[in-house]
Amino acid sequence: MDRTATPNGAASALTPATTPAKATAPAPESARTPGGFRNLILLAVLITALGISWGPAEMGNWTYLFTDSGNMAEYASGFLQPDFGQWRSYLEEMIVTIQIALWGTFLAVILSVPFGILSAHNMAPWWINQPVRRLMDLFRAIHEVVFAVLFVVAVGLGPFAGVMALFIHTTGILAKLFSEAVEAIDPRPVEAIRTTGASRMQQVIYGVIPQVLPLWISYSLYRLESNVRSATVLGIIGAGGIGQVLFESIRAFYYPQSSAILIIVILTVTVMDLISQQLRKLVI
Amino acid sequence: MTAISVSNLSKRYGKTTALDQVSLELQRGEMVALIGASGSGKSTLIRHIAGLEMGDGTAGKVTVLGNISQDGGRPNRSNKRGAVSVIFQQFNLVTRLSVLTNVLIGNLGRVPRWRGTIGVFNKAEKEKAQAALARVGIPQVAAQRSSTLSGGQQQRAAIARTLVQQAEILIADEPISALDPSSARRVMDVLADINNQDNITVLVSLHQVEYARRYCKRTIAMRDGRIVYDGPSTALSNAFLAELYGDASEELVLPEAPAEPMPAVPLGQPARQPALMHA
Repeated sequence: MDRTATPNGAASALTPATTPAKATAPAPESARTPGGFRNLILLAVLITALGISWGPAEMGNWTYLFTDSGNMAEYASGFLQPDFGQWRSYLEEMIVTIQIALWGTFLAVILSVPFGILSAHNMAPWWINQPVRRLMDLFRAIHEVVFAVLFVVAVGLGPFAGVMALFIHTTGILAKLFSEAVEAIDPRPVEAIRTTGASRMQQVIYGVIPQVLPLWISYSLYRLESNVRSATVLGIIGAGGIGQVLFESIRAFYYPQSSAILIIVILTVTVMDLISQQLRKLVI
Repeated sequence: MTAISVSNLSKRYGKTTALDQVSLELQRGEMVALIGASGSGKSTLIRHIAGLEMGDGTAGKVTVLGNISQDGGRPNRSNKRGAVSVIFQQFNLVTRLSVLTNVLIGNLGRVPRWRGTIGVFNKAEKEKAQAALARVGIPQVAAQRSSTLSGGQQQRAAIARTLVQQAEILIADEPISALDPSSARRVMDVLADINNQDNITVLVSLHQVEYARRYCKRTIAMRDGRIVYDGPSTALSNAFLAELYGDASEELVLPEAPAEPMPAVPLGQPARQPALMHA
């Protein structure tokens, strides 16, 4: 029953129950294990893990860095005189590599929007977001080189295999990053939009996307940069682009040419970084 | 005609009872204040009426304009969308969108779904949104990003959104507690104007009883998830509040407010039939 008070009438009935409202608030949880002790345990775990891994990782070979430094110096000296004689063809191949990265990233971004939203726990029930997340884990867990090998079998040697490999792997990564951004949104504007009678889809478009867009763009540009690097590696297993040329010249001991290619790759990645920084400033 | 009817609504969060068998009725065209100290259940009640939360148990029921909105903890999906418009303490605009877009969002429950989804609003809708901004006194900010507005302006933009929504009921969850006094008065003036001119039923939760006395004929007071008073706002003297809330009453009264000379009037009616009090 309602405990209804009237100014005079029920005042006396009310008096015994007049306890401060705050007394009913739950007591704060008691302090946890002291930080110092916990940190010591964490440190011990880390040291143990490093110790166990020393042998299998052959960390004992570190002395070779010094005893065999002569070999390295000799090898490196081959790279000291880069030969840009064929720069035109290197540049063409570099552009192919960027184009592979561009398409792979673009397709991944398009697909990561729905996958990212569906794998956010505040957007979809568990029976949707758990399967979607596991699928994204699968995409992410398999390296793009492995995907590239699979796609080379399926669609043949060449850049398209590289695009597909980057596309699948990057979707796994971006969907996870996108969903983390979605999980961190302020839910209140979305709630306000819900009260206007908006559909779920409209709540996402007007309430969620504007909030996550800066982060999404930032993540996508970063992946584009990384995919230019990855696309270079994919060339090595036959997916076209500068990587293929690089690998061929290293295998043929053409160090001056390899050196020139590496310099082009480094410059390209730097330029990509500068461009994406400017783009980020423009849209955020 | 009953605008809002709540009966036997209960809600628990863990061990805290937020609502305990709450029942109330609002008639069409009323402007009612909901007061109570922090944690008394005002926001929870408003979120249930707005359809944002579902009550516990099988007895709780919320009816809006004669249509059941929730019954026994289940929402009524066939209900008309956007029948109740809501404004919030923290304004809840999408701060990266323009003010005009935020106001246009009020149309989403009214225009065809596909059109709202791809964001195509016609000239009449845009003019209506612009007119709503003019009515709340901020026509000049339409093109600005919402994050550039002051708190008071954001709250008025949120009210413009509810005007575009054209719901017959407006509920406001502490709309002025994040605002300075002059912005707060302006927001309350706009709410009172909407109630007067458009005959929209307004339920507004307030932290400070002064505003209830000034703007609302009727006040519902809550404590510990229950309704402890439902009647004329004039009867809410500071002394009576102290009786209702004990020490917690201090947070409901502005320190600089003049002592309330009005003597408390006994009311013969229980809270269940608030409409009779106005007869």
